[in-house]
Amino acid sequence: MYRASLYLIAGWSGFFVMAIELLAGRLLAPYFGSSIYVWGAIITVFMLALSLGYLAGGRASLSAPSLRRLAILLLIAAAATVPVLLFGDPLLERLSSALGDPRFGSLLSAALLFFLPTFVSGMISPYAVRLLVDDRASAGHHAGKLYFVSTFGSAAGTILTSFYLVLYLEVNQIVLLMLGVSLALGILTCWIPFEAEA
Amino acid sequence: MSGCARSAPRAAYALCSALLACVLPGAALAQQQLIHEERSLYRQVLVYEDADSRCLCFTRQCFVGRQSCIDLKRPDRLLFEYTQMMLGALYLNPDPDRILIIGLGGGTLPRTLRALLPNATIDVVEIDPAVLRVAQDYFGFHADALMHVIEEDGRAYVRRALRGEQRYALIMLDAYDHQYIPEHMLTREFLEEVRSLLAPGGIVAANTFSSSRLYDSESVTYRSVFGEFYNLKSSNRVILASATSLPTLAQASGNSRRFVAAFSKLGFTPQSVLGRFNTGSDWDVRARILTDQYSPANLLNGTSR
Repeated sequence: MYRASLYLIAGWSGFFVMAIELLAGRLLAPYFGSSIYVWGAIITVFMLALSLGYLAGGRASLSAPSLRRLAILLLIAAAATVPVLLFGDPLLERLSSALGDPRFGSLLSAALLFFLPTFVSGMISPYAVRLLVDDRASAGHHAGKLYFVSTFGSAAGTILTSFYLVLYLEVNQIVLLMLGVSLALGILTCWIPFEAEA
Repeated sequence: MSGCARSAPRAAYALCSALLACVLPGAALAQQQLIHEERSLYRQVLVYEDADSRCLCFTRQCFVGRQSCIDLKRPDRLLFEYTQMMLGALYLNPDPDRILIIGLGGGTLPRTLRALLPNATIDVVEIDPAVLRVAQDYFGFHADALMHVIEEDGRAYVRRALRGEQRYALIMLDAYDHQYIPEHMLTREFLEEVRSLLAPGGIVAANTFSSSRLYDSESVTYRSVFGEFYNLKSSNRVILASATSLPTLAQASGNSRRFVAAFSKLGFTPQSVLGRFNTGSDWDVRARILTDQYSPANLLNGTSR
């Protein structure tokens, strides 16, 4: 149960990041278009946020790591996405009129709206590795499985969002749905006190 | 990008080549030669030529998604029926002083409008610099003092033009392709922006889709913004809508007479296009309106009705 919930959180976080990345393209397109620059800006922000998130997640795992704290990271990532729903359009409206250039306008917009949730999501994988690993010999094995789950989740988030969810739901409805899943998963994990197996 | 002529369903190559023989006499596929090819930021840009015509394509099977073609012996002639239907916009507003065209393709529409309206200001927005190069090098397109090409995403330009308080008497939307639709340019919000960018009495002409579930969604979306519009259908579909009140068929018919001589040089009669003007709605009115929040245009385009 303990390990399963670690994998579940990592896998869901992977799903969440890629679904948000795809929807970021949707949200920016009315203001900056969907040129290659706009996608370049979005992907840059997400990759940068994830890379720094990995660093921060690894560091955070040094002091008193726990499943409960991992679940709190998931909840923070979800909370950090709320401003996209509340202030996304007015912010994009302002930035697109202030910055005519589609490259830097979309880069700044993507950074302001999506850096924080993606950064916190990036913290989850290395933090979860710390909770999984019992000894050095199995560290690579656990890390490999965690990467698998997390990246598989990303693949699932990409295909489900782009092939199906956008056909039935509005962009904000998809984001809300995902926030609901994060909230449920985070609270359940916090609430049910699992003990580490080892 | 430019709207292509969808002469047949994607898969029906055999049928398609048969149709092509009717559309473009003498355009036997075997004789088509690739004379230019480049990979742009967005796509492959290909130029094919045979004995009579030269075509711009974005895919290798050029007989399906030809973006633009010119008759090599008579380059003024309009080979695609959709370009003739787009000119039907002039029946609703015969003398537009400022024109915006989104999607350059081979440059047929701006070239033809320049010839018809020597004093009009024409702004062309094209996202892909390679398309502009090819239009200039292979299709005789060139900008002039009153014709500007803006290298930008169409929607980003529309919003920028609105902020600059510009207005156009005619806006032509020709940015859709049989394979890919820029989804942010087929939403209610985008069309509202386009309508705001029209001068009083201004007309929008859109080269759009004639089949698939997208036909229904696109129709209700245009209807929600412009009210009644003229729906011109052949293998493509052209929507002609007005910012204010739609001119009557009698007014359109009256205006069309002005273009008898000019259009005969282009290879068609004003009457042939006028015959396609129709305000009836032959779509599912319960279809879902496309918005910035809900715009799966490409998915809908792949789904049969």
